[in-house]
Amino acid sequence: MRHIISVLLENEAGALSRVAGLFSARGYNIESLTVAPTEDASLSRMTIVTTGSDEVIEQINKQLNKLIEVVKVVDLSDGDHIERELMLVKVRALGKDREEMKRMADIFRGRIIDVTDKDYTIELTGTGSKLDAFLSAIDRGAILETVRTGASGIGRGDRVLRV
Amino acid sequence: MELSGAEIVVRCLQAEGVEYVFGYPGGAVLFLYDELFKQDKVKHILVRHEQGAIHAADGYSRSTEKVGVALVTSGPGVTNSVTGIATAYMDSIPLVIITGQVPTHAIGQDAFQECDTVGITRPCVKHNFLVKDVKDIAITMKKAFYIATTGRPGPVVVDIPKDVTNHKAEFEYPKSIHMRSYNPVVKGHAGQIKKAVQILTHAKRPMIYTGGGVVLGNAAPELAQLVHTLGFPCTNTLMGLGAYPATDSQFLGMLGMHGTYEANMAMQHCDVLLAIGARFDDRVIGNPKHFFEEPRTIIHIDIDPSSISKRVKVDVPIVGNVREVLQELTKQLQASKDKPDAEALTAWWEQIKLWRERDCLKYDRKAKIIKPQYVIEALYEVTKGDAFVTSDVGQHQMWAAQFYKFTKPRRWINSGGLGTMGFGLPAAMGVQLAHPKATVACVTGEASIQMCIQELSTCKQYHLPIKIVNLNNRYMGMVRQWQEFFHGNRYAESYMDALPDFVKLAESYGHIGMRIEKPGEVADAMKEAFARKKDLVFLDFVTDQTENVFPMVPGGKGLSEMILV
Repeated sequence: MRHIISVLLENEAGALSRVAGLFSARGYNIESLTVAPTEDASLSRMTIVTTGSDEVIEQINKQLNKLIEVVKVVDLSDGDHIERELMLVKVRALGKDREEMKRMADIFRGRIIDVTDKDYTIELTGTGSKLDAFLSAIDRGAILETVRTGASGIGRGDRVLRV
Repeated sequence: MELSGAEIVVRCLQAEGVEYVFGYPGGAVLFLYDELFKQDKVKHILVRHEQGAIHAADGYSRSTEKVGVALVTSGPGVTNSVTGIATAYMDSIPLVIITGQVPTHAIGQDAFQECDTVGITRPCVKHNFLVKDVKDIAITMKKAFYIATTGRPGPVVVDIPKDVTNHKAEFEYPKSIHMRSYNPVVKGHAGQIKKAVQILTHAKRPMIYTGGGVVLGNAAPELAQLVHTLGFPCTNTLMGLGAYPATDSQFLGMLGMHGTYEANMAMQHCDVLLAIGARFDDRVIGNPKHFFEEPRTIIHIDIDPSSISKRVKVDVPIVGNVREVLQELTKQLQASKDKPDAEALTAWWEQIKLWRERDCLKYDRKAKIIKPQYVIEALYEVTKGDAFVTSDVGQHQMWAAQFYKFTKPRRWINSGGLGTMGFGLPAAMGVQLAHPKATVACVTGEASIQMCIQELSTCKQYHLPIKIVNLNNRYMGMVRQWQEFFHGNRYAESYMDALPDFVKLAESYGHIGMRIEKPGEVADAMKEAFARKKDLVFLDFVTDQTENVFPMVPGGKGLSEMILV
């Protein structure tokens, strides 16, 4: 099953490689991993999307907690949560496709953030499946380049992850 | 007053009460060696290879419960240490390893003797640090000792660039430390312990299975009390030997791949299993699927939550310090109005008696050639069961584990997790330094001993009167055994051709060597060697080439599917 795990860890050199190393050493999947400092500069927050049986996910949680620099681990999938991913897509926008591409971006609530006479760069935010849906809705051949951040997640309501 | 980084490191070691540092000098650690030279509180032991330094620090720690400390230089000093560090990591041994690093400005420049120490050691340490500022040395050293010894212990590497050891800072060693990200659980959950009492007192065919955690957690007296309170059978893993006296009637011997018939059968057929400081590894329970064919309730006590329900799903997990949990468990058992089911226990012990009658460790005692098992029995006799015994890895290790009846913890010192050949001799050096008056024997084989044979020189330098018991069968015995059983007797590269004359080799290092070829000479040779309290004696026993270790649970098979002699 797919799980989205949030990790608060000390914002120290090498902490990311410890997490990445743990996943590769123990053969766990990483679908995506994002990390950045929090409002407290001494802490980083990481969101890991992974898949595995209940036993594997339990081990992932335990092994993450075992890392000395990890302060807290929460499996967001255990409760209500919101997740978002940012995607930038560069598409060909020529002739009648130019108008069509603009319309598709509007439908998906994307924003065109860079324009040339031949292409658009569209910024799109949403769940991973929404971003997938956009990519399959437009003409495959029009896609010049995509870049995605991987999911970030947060608990709903008063579910708060902090020290 | 400001001190240099190197002086600060040495002051930290002094503050931690470090007695010995095992190491080998080199360019990146010259300031550190200079400071060690200027004082005499921390003694340095010069090994002949960095792997030996780590194993020696490891043996020192295993036999004392203190932290083992090693000091090596950058680059090859570190890479040579990695086997030692991984060995300690697999067996959860608290070490602090100080490694020199090239100067900060040279890091990443592919400098002479540079390697990414933090990167290379990351997967085989509990934690590691790169200290980039002299002001951070004291706090980092404090953290290193704290992390190494608390929770589930393990090795910690502190990598210090050369220029940092020469920079100056004010020194104050922190008295205590708090890390928001590291708070190991010590006390077991009261509700879980209560549940365990319920299950244990209702068991019909109970079994207590304990591992290295009981040794490392200094919980042997608490374990003995619990086992006697319950009247249950008890088995130890390879790492747990000595935690429960092997001479006691409630002890079933070691379990696992080369465990006794009775221990493995009881493990497989019990209805309640109390696992303490053990981790159900593949050499212990064999194939987990087969293990699950018999239903049983499992209670698991361990300091490391990730050891629980890793290979085997557990019913009652209890995370905590083994000693504290056992104290609480025994207290609650004694206070409980429920008592173990005496009738069921009697029947269970009857069954165990039948298994014991299988006499699974029997061997040919009338053989004309020296049987390795007999050598271990003779070692047990001559040392009255009271020696510190280190071992290398292979058949000799299993025979030592099976035939030397350890009655105290921290006496049996071997590489259980990583299975590191070459561990025995350097580990014995650490043990002998920690216990100068004690008898220390290194049980080894002609293949293993050659992996760190250079340490015979260190033994000479520091007058370490270790007794090396070499079971010389001219084969990598365990490899040969697997080839005989599973590879159609094709002994690919397991034959030790061109062996040295170990007697002469020992003599060339300034030690005494003895070659023993007949069974009738074994006991006398042992007596003669062990009477030499001041000398290292290399006993080269010419043993049966074809002897195998029994019982054996073949890889991938279930615990009750043993090959028996």
